[in-house]
Amino acid sequence: MAKKFSQEHEWVEYEDGVATVGITDYAQQSLGDIVYVELPEVGKKLTKDGDAAVVESVKAASDVYAPLDGVVVEANEELDDNPALVNEAPESDGWFFRMELSDESQLDELMDEAAYKDFVEGL
Amino acid sequence: MSFTTHTGNRGLVLEEKLIFEQGEPGRTGVDLPKPAGIKSRLGGLDRDSDVGLPGLSEPQVVRHFTRLSQKNFGIDSGFFPLGSCTMKHNPRLNEKVARMPGLADLHPMQPESTVQGALELIDSCAHWLLVLTGMPAVSMSPAAGAQGELCGMMAIRAALDARGENRRRVLVPESAHGTNPATAAACGFTVDSIPATEDGRVDLAAFEAKLGDDVAGIMLTNPNTCGLFERDVRKIADLVHAAGGYFYCDGANFNAIVGRVRPADLGIDAMHINLHKTFSTPHGGGGPGSGPVVFSDALAPFAPIPYVVRKGEKFHLVETADEKDGNKPFGRLKGFHGQMGMFIRALSYMKSHGADGLRQASGDAVLNANYLLARLKDKLSVAFPGYCMHEALFDDDFLKDTGVSTLDLAKAIIDEGFHPMTMYFPLVVHGALLIEPTETETKESIDQFCDAVLALVAKAESGDAEFFKNAPYLTPRRRLDETAAARKPVLRWMPETA
Amino acid sequence: MRYLPLTKADRVSMLETIGAKSVDELYSDVPEGALLSEPVDLPHHLGELQVERDMAKLAAKNMGTASVPSFLGAGAYRHHVPATVDYIIQRGEFLTAYTPYQPEIAQGTLQYLFEFQTQVASITGMDVANASMWDGATSCAEAVLMACRATRRKKAVLSGGLHPHYREVTETYCQYSDTEVAGRDGHPEKQATADELDDLIDDQTACVVVQYPDVFGRIQDHTKLADACHAKGALLIVVFTEAMAFGAVKSPGSFGADIVCGEGQSIGNNLNYGGPYVGLFATTSKLVRQMPGRLCGETVDQDGKRGFVLTLSTREQHIRREKATSNICTNSGLCSLAFTVHMSLLGEDGYRGVATLNHETACKTADAIDAVPGAEVVNDSFFNEFTVKLAKPAAEVVEALVAKGILGGVPLSRLYPNRDDLDHYMLVAATETNTDEDIADLASALKEVLA
Repeated sequence: MAKKFSQEHEWVEYEDGVATVGITDYAQQSLGDIVYVELPEVGKKLTKDGDAAVVESVKAASDVYAPLDGVVVEANEELDDNPALVNEAPESDGWFFRMELSDESQLDELMDEAAYKDFVEGL
Repeated sequence: MSFTTHTGNRGLVLEEKLIFEQGEPGRTGVDLPKPAGIKSRLGGLDRDSDVGLPGLSEPQVVRHFTRLSQKNFGIDSGFFPLGSCTMKHNPRLNEKVARMPGLADLHPMQPESTVQGALELIDSCAHWLLVLTGMPAVSMSPAAGAQGELCGMMAIRAALDARGENRRRVLVPESAHGTNPATAAACGFTVDSIPATEDGRVDLAAFEAKLGDDVAGIMLTNPNTCGLFERDVRKIADLVHAAGGYFYCDGANFNAIVGRVRPADLGIDAMHINLHKTFSTPHGGGGPGSGPVVFSDALAPFAPIPYVVRKGEKFHLVETADEKDGNKPFGRLKGFHGQMGMFIRALSYMKSHGADGLRQASGDAVLNANYLLARLKDKLSVAFPGYCMHEALFDDDFLKDTGVSTLDLAKAIIDEGFHPMTMYFPLVVHGALLIEPTETETKESIDQFCDAVLALVAKAESGDAEFFKNAPYLTPRRRLDETAAARKPVLRWMPETA
Repeated sequence: MRYLPLTKADRVSMLETIGAKSVDELYSDVPEGALLSEPVDLPHHLGELQVERDMAKLAAKNMGTASVPSFLGAGAYRHHVPATVDYIIQRGEFLTAYTPYQPEIAQGTLQYLFEFQTQVASITGMDVANASMWDGATSCAEAVLMACRATRRKKAVLSGGLHPHYREVTETYCQYSDTEVAGRDGHPEKQATADELDDLIDDQTACVVVQYPDVFGRIQDHTKLADACHAKGALLIVVFTEAMAFGAVKSPGSFGADIVCGEGQSIGNNLNYGGPYVGLFATTSKLVRQMPGRLCGETVDQDGKRGFVLTLSTREQHIRREKATSNICTNSGLCSLAFTVHMSLLGEDGYRGVATLNHETACKTADAIDAVPGAEVVNDSFFNEFTVKLAKPAAEVVEALVAKGILGGVPLSRLYPNRDDLDHYMLVAATETNTDEDIADLASALKEVLA
């Protein structure tokens, strides 16, 4: 399934019942060099728009919100050793966590790529 | 001309390894008597492995730290206009008296009868602070400004608890120093941000709209972090009191008004005083500070232990709460009785200046800042109109289209031999440059700084952004890679493993 | 006024440039009536000579520990501080510098902080240490809050062997953050062992706090306690008040402690009647991002040369604001420099040597006191401080010793004002500064007082 995007600059890719979440290329560019990502623990229940992770640059810490309701099933441990992945490959290898969704219909509330592009241009 | 030396040293700027890279087993910088060989009574836990400390002789240690000192910029080195930090001259007399026998060698647990002079000194320092602020009570405990805030906000929390009220919201202007929201959170309060007006002050209407019966109080810096006096401070005090809340004043900028305005006359309930700012105890490369807190009658009973009281000719140190006195201390903030070494220095500073000199000091600080503002305002972009207090605030509008950032300009200022101004604070101003000359600078040094800044701005306007991007050029180290430091933190030296 | 360089002529010409008539005009935002027209009611300025004389008068009213035999400890210790230490910390480049936010012109401060962190980590046996806290007691409180963050739990168990002031500060810090503080009262003649705390550790416990050596001077192995903590997912915090001890005893890191923190005053710093002191704070690599306070890290500059910067700042108040790990801002920079210089002079041999001397002096003092009728040393183990049981109330004994010109010890009644059962106990500390003569004076004075 094609990527979906939130207004908080997260992307979601939903496949085989599991959603992979990360931050968008636009988000990583505005944050600058990422030095650390605080990921949610596996098993953590996330609520849409609630705190999910924290992403840090040298001079700023930004909250990453859950784009959907669900439970974390995997966190990208690669980021512990190599947070630069978020800058280098934000929408592929730099993913943050995977979650099982409680309500698939929430996906419909997210933007598709074209809509997100328009959204970013309007900022 | 530019060349590299064989040693890496450059004249007086000498490269220096870590002490851990210089040690030799068997060397030491102290001579000790031989142990007597008494059987140990360490409970069988005698150390059985090396600590891993290097051995150096005294001359090596002296040279090491002397070389390190030469890579540092202090107030003694030159003009240090770091806004909101108040880098004024640190008189050496204060260092001398703090080291006097009978002061430096006092143990905190000595019997009262043997420390009457020390208790009198604390009481005397407290008296000066009370008269200068016009307030009825002071806690001398807090270790630094941030702990002073904690002290004030805990007293507010305790007072509310005593009233049986569950007020949890604290109003904090968005221009506040980061310690304000951090402190409020540490006391179990939630932070509600108040916007600023076009002229850099609290938006009174927005403030009033936020008041309610869940408001514990306001934390307001005055003069504020934009270097401006809050004109409506009395209205703010009246409104917050009418709403049942308290007024915590962050006194970080008390140096602008000391001897001229008493915070008590503005309606405050608590205020910390950074002795390391207003009363010139040395910043020491990041402390120690000291943050006594003055209190209104409403909050005074909740001040922490310990405190000094005078009974006739005798001074007493109260270390446990005595309900009989009507006091309900919220607790204890420090292991012992506060930063005595800083009280000694601050009292020496206050006595040296006197009521007349302190008044002159604040006046000169404000005069110097306004002079600097007047000299720079045509070329730099002033953040807010009107006179400033002890510091002048600019935004980065004047750098627009030059490709030079506030940071780049500051780094070029370093090469000119000045410590840069405070940058990117307060957060309410884009690319902020906050410049605080202090009263201990001459007109000549301010002129020299302004001339240099104006020349750099002209250079930036001429399109030489590359020059700025790579500054500084002449410092012991050039721009450091903070991203690498944060991505793979190396926080200690480790022996190389074979 | 000697510190104010502006002349009358300067002021006139500066006002002219500003376009203001007077300095008062610059204060025009001050509300009506609040601007004072005269100096407040305090004395006027004084010359150096007069100020020094006034301060010396106050100093003369005290009995300094350097002028009499002194055996005071209980969280602050008098040691010999080499002359080099005070010379270095008075260099203006260190004394008058600010927090090293501009690393290009603050490599001096940053490098010694890196060395300080390494020394603290080494003596405590931990992976990393921060660039200092305010004092031992606030370090202890911050360690408890850190443990609560790291474990997402809200209960701290404090050992009865923890210094009561440290307990009070911890309770004060925890009282408004819904953190439960549990624990038991200590007693110098009843062991506060791991077993005694075991039943208090449950699934809600964030940490257990023990002091090593404890407030009564006893030295105990906390390896089993560490295991008991870890079995329940709690952290072990080991607190200390005498940093010199780790030259003689095993480091807390060897027990498996998660956080080790305490007072660094006794290395490089004067007694100063209780402050400023320097809090030491060390932990494991795993927990470093939960740590409060400033941290210095190694990196390289634009030319590839090694340099140092403050790092992991996103934990701190100026970035994270209400979500910061602590509100601490200014720490104890200059006190940590004094610590670093003293430790550098000591080195491995000096640190361990002076620790041995402390212990031997304390052994000699303990034997001398034990020989006095009516006085009994209750410790089986100690480093440089132990508890003495007296035939008379300790506070009275201490006053009587003062009358004989001796600062003999700290009565436990001062630390535990509500514990009648501790009235007859006194803490006695002996360091390398105590001579055989001091010890003999104390023993003979004690004999007379207890007779």
